[in-house]
Amino acid sequence: MATAVKADAMVTQPYLIRDVSKETYDTFTLKLEPDKGSNHTQFQPGQFSMLWVFGVGELPISISGDPDEEERLVYTVRSVGQATNALVTRSVGEAIGVRGPFGTGWPLEAARGHDVIVVAGGIGLAPLRPVIYEVLNHRKDYGRLVILYGARSPRDLLYRKELASWARQKETQVLTSVDYGGMSWRGHVGVVTSLFKYARLKPSRSVAMVCGPEIMMRFVTRELETYGLSRSDIFLSMERNMKCAVGFCGHCQYGPHFICKEGPVFRFEQLRPLLEKYEL
Amino acid sequence: MVAEGVLAARETSWSSAVSLEEHAVLAASELGSLISTLALEGYSVIGPAVRDGAIVYSAIESIQDLPQGWADEQAPGKYRLSPRNDDSFFGYVVGPQSWKKFLHPPEVRLWQAERQDGSFRILNNEATPEKAKAFLGVRACELAAIRIQDRVLLEDRYRDPIYEARRASAFVIAVQCTQAASTCFCSSMGTGPAVSEGADLVLTELQSGSHRFLVRAGTDRGSEVLSKLRTTAATEADLHQAQDGVQAAAATQVRSIDQNGIQELLYQNFEHPRWENLAARCLSCANCTMVCPTCFCTTVEDTSTVTGNHAERWRRWDSCFTQAFSYIHGGSIRNSSKSRYRQWITHKLAAWKDQFGSSGCVGCGRCITWCPVGIDITEEVRALRNGGDHGDS
Amino acid sequence: METLERIIAEHPFLADLDPGFTSLMVGCAKNVRFNRGDYLFREGDPADQFYLIREGKVAVEIFAPQRTPIIVSTLGEGEILGWSWLLPPYQWKLNARALEYLRAIALDGKCLRNKCEQNHDLGYEVLKRFARIIEQRLEATRMQLLDVYAVR
Repeated sequence: MATAVKADAMVTQPYLIRDVSKETYDTFTLKLEPDKGSNHTQFQPGQFSMLWVFGVGELPISISGDPDEEERLVYTVRSVGQATNALVTRSVGEAIGVRGPFGTGWPLEAARGHDVIVVAGGIGLAPLRPVIYEVLNHRKDYGRLVILYGARSPRDLLYRKELASWARQKETQVLTSVDYGGMSWRGHVGVVTSLFKYARLKPSRSVAMVCGPEIMMRFVTRELETYGLSRSDIFLSMERNMKCAVGFCGHCQYGPHFICKEGPVFRFEQLRPLLEKYEL
Repeated sequence: MVAEGVLAARETSWSSAVSLEEHAVLAASELGSLISTLALEGYSVIGPAVRDGAIVYSAIESIQDLPQGWADEQAPGKYRLSPRNDDSFFGYVVGPQSWKKFLHPPEVRLWQAERQDGSFRILNNEATPEKAKAFLGVRACELAAIRIQDRVLLEDRYRDPIYEARRASAFVIAVQCTQAASTCFCSSMGTGPAVSEGADLVLTELQSGSHRFLVRAGTDRGSEVLSKLRTTAATEADLHQAQDGVQAAAATQVRSIDQNGIQELLYQNFEHPRWENLAARCLSCANCTMVCPTCFCTTVEDTSTVTGNHAERWRRWDSCFTQAFSYIHGGSIRNSSKSRYRQWITHKLAAWKDQFGSSGCVGCGRCITWCPVGIDITEEVRALRNGGDHGDS
Repeated sequence: METLERIIAEHPFLADLDPGFTSLMVGCAKNVRFNRGDYLFREGDPADQFYLIREGKVAVEIFAPQRTPIIVSTLGEGEILGWSWLLPPYQWKLNARALEYLRAIALDGKCLRNKCEQNHDLGYEVLKRFARIIEQRLEATRMQLLDVYAVR
């Protein structure tokens, strides 16, 4: 039954761009504040918004900022097409439309008191960054934090300065791996799962939060199980076509699930029978 | 407003709901006064009319507009109107359209925006206030379809204000079927042909003896309208005649979908040779989703003026049969037509139950009739069940 | 020698190996160290050893003309490096370069091949363990080939 009446969820609200910063050659982080008349809404790590560029179109983008930071929404966008390119080429001071936040986020409540293992691939680190902020902001509430991050090459790594600063935090371990390393790369080369053996945590009392390309997540979930995590302690963030974000348009259906409402974050257990189905 | 306990309503069988006192008889000659009464009450009356060789739902001003004396012949990929040998107003079964087009319009503007002072403002975000509509001639399967869309668009995490406004103001006059098309299978879906709840007025057209309607009110609003009409008391004979007609409509249905284990059937046969067999016939034309009274999928289109100062967002019906439907950057998830038909039928008959607590199919048979190659959903389910990959089993 | 035997027995690659086999392998083993930047081997060199890495990190790299060498994999503590000693022509097909100070046990390929020929039970154990490593690396290589993080 209706848990909340949100009649205006289909209408966008103007937000002003306060900052645009370049993360890599194709990925940018936008910081937005509500324009006068727009209402700011708190978000849960893992939730997404629908960002609208005047006259271009609308896209689902995960929130990548700090959940404790008031009055500001942060998004990290990779330019892969017309709409994403329109987003990242906006200038400071311009307005874009924001709907949301939508969806079900990461299980941070349930993860309290446990070790947290964050496994990210490529742009998949963006929806997980709020998890990292949350754990570090409330350090005593969680066990160890292990961040395993895989990317294509060193120049594709997001948040490089932050990765280094997170690595210096208490009870925190950051390991990055790239698929192809150049001569100057001192880090790991290989698939992200090859980092598991370096992670210092207790798999049996850890909660894993995974986000990346679907193939990578299939591979990672398999390896996490082998590593000793239970299916019910592994969480994934899924992506499908999305038009409305409120369960009306039907596009984001994934088997019996609506990714916009029940997801984007799901328990691996729920998705296990679906992940290996082609053209589902 | 919105019917609570959407699905419970279906459990009530018509015969147990029948009581003489609740019913009245409206002479066929008085049908016009029902239309004019509704118009006086401020409704724009929508009902069946013959257009382009089909019975469609459009504005009705008098009984002259109704498809009196017409029947429809339906079969997979086939629809023909033919004259009846009586003067029934509702002597057809269902046409290509459903009430979905009024409640969940094929295209609607969600909002418009205008650039202003370096930002923009939303000009209007309200559903266009339209004149309330009275739907005349809603079949049991269609009423079930409306209740299913209520569940999707009003009773989940969010409410669709556009649907809500239209739905809340709609006055529903159901007309029970006393005959079935060859494509009908509402009996097996538990949605008809008898109308149980959810209508403001329920009519049954009776021909034996004199041409008349058995009528009962389902809501206070219905009673009020009924009280303004000239009716006579109903007799046991009227009730029996109506009941016999509805029972005949159930008994003559030749198609069915066995609901037993339907979810497991579809979920466990994700890989099945039948899907290839289907794909060889399916044109991915999306007709089935357009005529389906419960299919709710939409897409949005953003437009802007040449000056770039004005933008609009429109919502339009979409179909899971298009390739673009499942597109994410890099390509579509469901590229083959096999995967798209599988998605449609699996969603309709199985996933819908997980999502919204009922089947998404009401057994109206439109997808069978309006499929240009005559794909029959009931036959496809049977083929999956029998494990065969050939047409008839 | 006793120390070397313990080190070998404790290396994950040889976990739960029959102690008799471990003793046989010790005869082919020696401790080695490399400084950062040292090459353990280069493409084309005779492949007469493999390494049980104890500490440090090594880059496996490949180069093409007009391109700087590309690191295709890094290996560290607890992992093994090299299987070209197993099969003719016993020649390295990649470069291996220490990314940091590296300690390892080097096992003489020819020595171990001879022991495996003489004792097929040992040979089967060794091959099973290498097959597992090769399978894991092949799977990882497939993932890299898919280039999953690229924009399509």
